Amino acid sequence: MDPIQQAMLKKSHAAKLERRGKLISLFCISLIVVVVLAIFFFVASRGLATFFTNKVNLWRFLSQTTWSPAVKDASGQPQVGALPMIVGSFGVTLLSAVIATPFAVGAAIFMTEIAPNLGKKVLQPVIELLVGIPSVVYGFIGLSVVVPFIRNIFGGTGFGILAGTFVLFVMILPTVTSMTVDALKAVPRHYREASLALGGTRWQTISRVVLRAAMPGILTGIVFGMARAFGEALAVQMVIGNAALLPTNLISPASTLTSVLTSGIGNTVMGSLENNALWSLALLLLLMSLAFNLLIRWIAKKGEIK
Amino acid sequence: MAKKELVITSRDVHLSYGDFEALKGISLNFKKNQITALIGPSGCGKSTYLRLLNRMNDLIPNVHISGEIKVDGQDIYASGEDVVALRKKVGMVFQQPNPFPFSIYENVIYGLRLAGVKDRATLDQAVETSLKQAAIWDEVKDKLHESALSLSGGQQQRVCIARVLAVQPEVILLDEPTSALDPISSTQIENMLLELRDRYTIIIVTHNMQQASRISDETAFFLAGKVIEMDDTKKIFLNPKEKETEDYISGRFG
Repeated sequence: MDPIQQAMLKKSHAAKLERRGKLISLFCISLIVVVVLAIFFFVASRGLATFFTNKVNLWRFLSQTTWSPAVKDASGQPQVGALPMIVGSFGVTLLSAVIATPFAVGAAIFMTEIAPNLGKKVLQPVIELLVGIPSVVYGFIGLSVVVPFIRNIFGGTGFGILAGTFVLFVMILPTVTSMTVDALKAVPRHYREASLALGGTRWQTISRVVLRAAMPGILTGIVFGMARAFGEALAVQMVIGNAALLPTNLISPASTLTSVLTSGIGNTVMGSLENNALWSLALLLLLMSLAFNLLIRWIAKKGEIK
Repeated sequence: MAKKELVITSRDVHLSYGDFEALKGISLNFKKNQITALIGPSGCGKSTYLRLLNRMNDLIPNVHISGEIKVDGQDIYASGEDVVALRKKVGMVFQQPNPFPFSIYENVIYGLRLAGVKDRATLDQAVETSLKQAAIWDEVKDKLHESALSLSGGQQQRVCIARVLAVQPEVILLDEPTSALDPISSTQIENMLLELRDRYTIIIVTHNMQQASRISDETAFFLAGKVIEMDDTKKIFLNPKEKETEDYISGRFG
């Protein structure tokens, strides 16, 4: 074989480099996939053990209201009713999202449409700063300011869903706001021009065209905020009161899936029913965050401009 | 030709973006029910001038405007002038077709909705009339409730024109309305403009000199922020007075 042919058949240096880069990035992504799958597998195997090993009825788990896994009731079934926590989690999530949405949309409109310079120079950094504050700080402020405030106004202990809602409202506000800002900024300038040129006022233009065009992005922001609220553990645990009771009002101590998990997981023995029951709560959380994720993807897909 | 009534008059209009003077004293008058074309090389200020006539330049920061522009005898830059009312009277079609991401129907009645019109029959009637005037009714009458973004570029532009017509303006400003379209769509729009001339005063900015010569009654030639010449389109193209006009029209620059 002559040397030229040999050189042509051999892999070039560039091709080898290319291959090496491909392998390195493939390795990185596989590691992430393996970790995610391992977490799912672990949580699922523990969480499902409650139902398969300990023979707890799934429906009873979701619908009973008494949470004391160590105690068996009259019929000999362990008392693992997760309904109070489910209601608590959904309660604080939905309420905080409902309160945060108008504030976030209003703030975002101000930052992008009304005072874009002030928005970019002052408000955007402030919002980003808020996103970065650790949740324990929010929880601590909630504990020392919000809870006493509620106690003074409504009586009781001050702990409860209302306090949790308030803390989560402040926590998710920056998330929802900055995502709404992005959605509004992505609305093409020519939509605004067209509306104004047809004799639209600024407010008509914002409410009829800009918000409508940005709606999928805004909804995604709200669902992101809800996902964050649903999964937040520490700050909520500090202000909600941690009583695994079905909440009857907003100012009596309650609990969420996350707050029961954080306060309980260190005090149970691996493999026991008490421990498995907590893993079932974790599995529920995981499934819910999966649902939020799918919801976000679905909204994004629906909102694509065709 | 009988002397036609003036709809828009402007005197010594200057405009600067920061330190850059884009318009250096423009005085132009526009006659009712005719098509006036503004031609000139890129960056000569013709689009900037057009956008003054319905105050779209208000949206740009750091713009300084002086001089006088009157629509129907009323100074549109006087303090307290109602910009919203002005823009209803002086409609605008942009270079890029820019329908809203709504249905064709909702696009056409957008201006009426802003004005608070709710009666279904009135709206239906306005949609049909405007789309017919914009010569697109036959193409879209069976899909009025589909997204306007699903149409082709030329169809979108005609829906945008219908959207302006629905508001029943007196003047229609068109900023290079066919430069993003194919020749067939351009011809359709040109024919439509000729049809509309009887009812509206039309001012069109165009890069396409054949287009200006085909459809306009009068033509103004812009160069470097000034109007070099304005006259009947025939005179401008066949017998221009100024050397610059002749050079531009014969393709020696621009």
